Amino acid sequence: MNKKNKVVYFDNNATTAVAPEVFEAMKPYLTEFYGNPSSMYYFGGRVGQALDKARAQIADLLGSSFIDPKGKHSEIIFTSCGTESDNTAILSALQTCPKRNKIIVSKVEHPAVLNVAKELERRNIKVGYIPVDSKGRIDLQRLEEMVDEDTALVSVMWANNEIGNIYPVQKIAEIAHNYGALFHTDAVQAVGKVPFSLDDMDIDMLSLSGHKLHAPKGVGVLYVKRGVRFRPFMVGGHQEKSRRGGTENVSGIVALGRACELAKANMEYENTVVKALRDRLEKGILERVPSTRANGDLEHRLPNTSSISFDFIEGEAILMMLDEFGICASSGSACTTGSLEPSHVLRSMGIPYTAAHGTVRFSLSCYNTEEEVDYVIDKIPAVIETLRKMSPYWNH
Amino acid sequence: MWDYTDKVMDHFRNPRNVGVVENPDGTGEVGNISCGDALKLTFKLDAEGRIADVKFQTFGCTSAIASSSVLTEMVKGMTLDDALKVTNQDIARELGGLPEEKMHCSVMGMEALQAAIADCRGESLEPEDDDDHEGRVVCHCFGVTDNKIRKLALENKLTKAEDIRNYSKAGGGGGCCLDEIQEILDGVWREKKESPEESVQDAFLSLPIIQRVIRIQEVIDREIVPMLERDGGSVEFLDLNDKVIKVRLKGRCASCPSASVTLRHTVEGKIKELLSPELTVESVN
Repeated sequence: MNKKNKVVYFDNNATTAVAPEVFEAMKPYLTEFYGNPSSMYYFGGRVGQALDKARAQIADLLGSSFIDPKGKHSEIIFTSCGTESDNTAILSALQTCPKRNKIIVSKVEHPAVLNVAKELERRNIKVGYIPVDSKGRIDLQRLEEMVDEDTALVSVMWANNEIGNIYPVQKIAEIAHNYGALFHTDAVQAVGKVPFSLDDMDIDMLSLSGHKLHAPKGVGVLYVKRGVRFRPFMVGGHQEKSRRGGTENVSGIVALGRACELAKANMEYENTVVKALRDRLEKGILERVPSTRANGDLEHRLPNTSSISFDFIEGEAILMMLDEFGICASSGSACTTGSLEPSHVLRSMGIPYTAAHGTVRFSLSCYNTEEEVDYVIDKIPAVIETLRKMSPYWNH
Repeated sequence: MWDYTDKVMDHFRNPRNVGVVENPDGTGEVGNISCGDALKLTFKLDAEGRIADVKFQTFGCTSAIASSSVLTEMVKGMTLDDALKVTNQDIARELGGLPEEKMHCSVMGMEALQAAIADCRGESLEPEDDDDHEGRVVCHCFGVTDNKIRKLALENKLTKAEDIRNYSKAGGGGGCCLDEIQEILDGVWREKKESPEESVQDAFLSLPIIQRVIRIQEVIDREIVPMLERDGGSVEFLDLNDKVIKVRLKGRCASCPSASVTLRHTVEGKIKELLSPELTVESVN
């Protein structure tokens, strides 16, 4: 393994480096300001103010301007991670619409949604799975046919973690609302990469996760639009206006606030410079390696993500060989490693098995450079050729 | 991140014996692309029946490649009997262990080896055949059992020990077991209460030309010539043109007034009986 040389980190959809500014912002809340924000004395109250500031920073990135009578951006509820936010949203929708017994999700959701849906099926909740086409695009016509007066919630991700597709969440929200259903979106991959303006949209609930945008792991947010009925998932103290029990992860929340502030400032950079790096990487690989394809809706996807299928070889072996060069990427979803099946996203798209097993996801961030991109483009062809020479299916 | 041993990583980084052995004695292909791993193992034997060369092609993960690679090192120099004793546990042990979830990679190695060995021995790995249990080893050189010989004979309509040798290598070592193989074959077709040649008939015309010529030559040499020789004559096989066999009558037959009867009844009759009713015989002088 490459231990002394540089690391080229192209796996930012898995997790990101904590930004130095973010680390600086959170440090005092790990050291001197350790008070409990719920405490009555000033020492705790100061910590509470830090939470409010973070809430405002996050709301600003999301385009949520609502302020409650106490002056707080109370559409923002802090959680421990994206998965908790997803679980909370789905279960809340079912609990607050007791006469409705059905949810609809896309087939390409993250396991944090998909496995909740499967678990609910075991509890006799009806689940509709919206199919996607070969580019991973959602079939809105099918959604129209599936959603009905029995549907409590439609949940479709804002952007897909594996292929980067951006979904028409506003349109989907409108369709859901036509039938009185709530709409939730897992925006874990989209937040910080594409601009949001939730004030102008009909999204009822939205999940995000700190560690995908240069904040540390262990902090997430569930956005719940004002007026949307809500039932807590984590029951306990009065934190988050009794909508999420448990003492707040103060340093994580402060970090997330600062990360959102940075993300907003970097939005232009992400969608120009990072996008250009991604395009350079993708073009470079496709030009140099035969029998290779880019997956997804290439015109409507995150600026940082490229999913490339290398025919006739297996993804884990590719990753291990790239690792020899210090290159970090991912094969399908990191959550699906250990399973023997190729990614559910690629299978839903009908990507042939010859390609699905050999799919690598490269996901960049603002910390990546053109030099790194060229380094990867330089190393990839030999890696692929080495493995193909070993493959019984490669006949060239 | 899998916890691979240094040996796994060494075989992954520097795989041994990648490729396909030319004119392999055994080829084993297991797995498929939809399963996510597949292994093609080919090997060649030396004169003593030991694995002289073995190569692999693997579609799969790090441990699949490492398992295949280490397997080729393990079995090189082994007799097929010894190679068959290699278990997936042996492969994993040789690698210093594999993650539990990756043990299937070592199983794939074992299965490919068994398939390659089975291929080498002309065996079928079809599990549904009830007779395909151990059986009694007839050919000790290649470990071919009586059951395997019966199975091969029935599936491939083989009547002669030499056929069995071609299909399974049985008797291909010293040849000392060929008589016993022939006895088994005779018994198979007696039990079937049918002439194996009858079932050969339909298949004859679909054989490659060289096989058809060989069969015709065999029938003429073994069945027809001895009959004609009793009368001081003989026949020579000259050519095969589609379904027309050209022969030259020799000796007394050549000048016999009833040569056309001999040709029609004795020669063509036997050809039609043993090979195919479609065939006709013409004499060339």
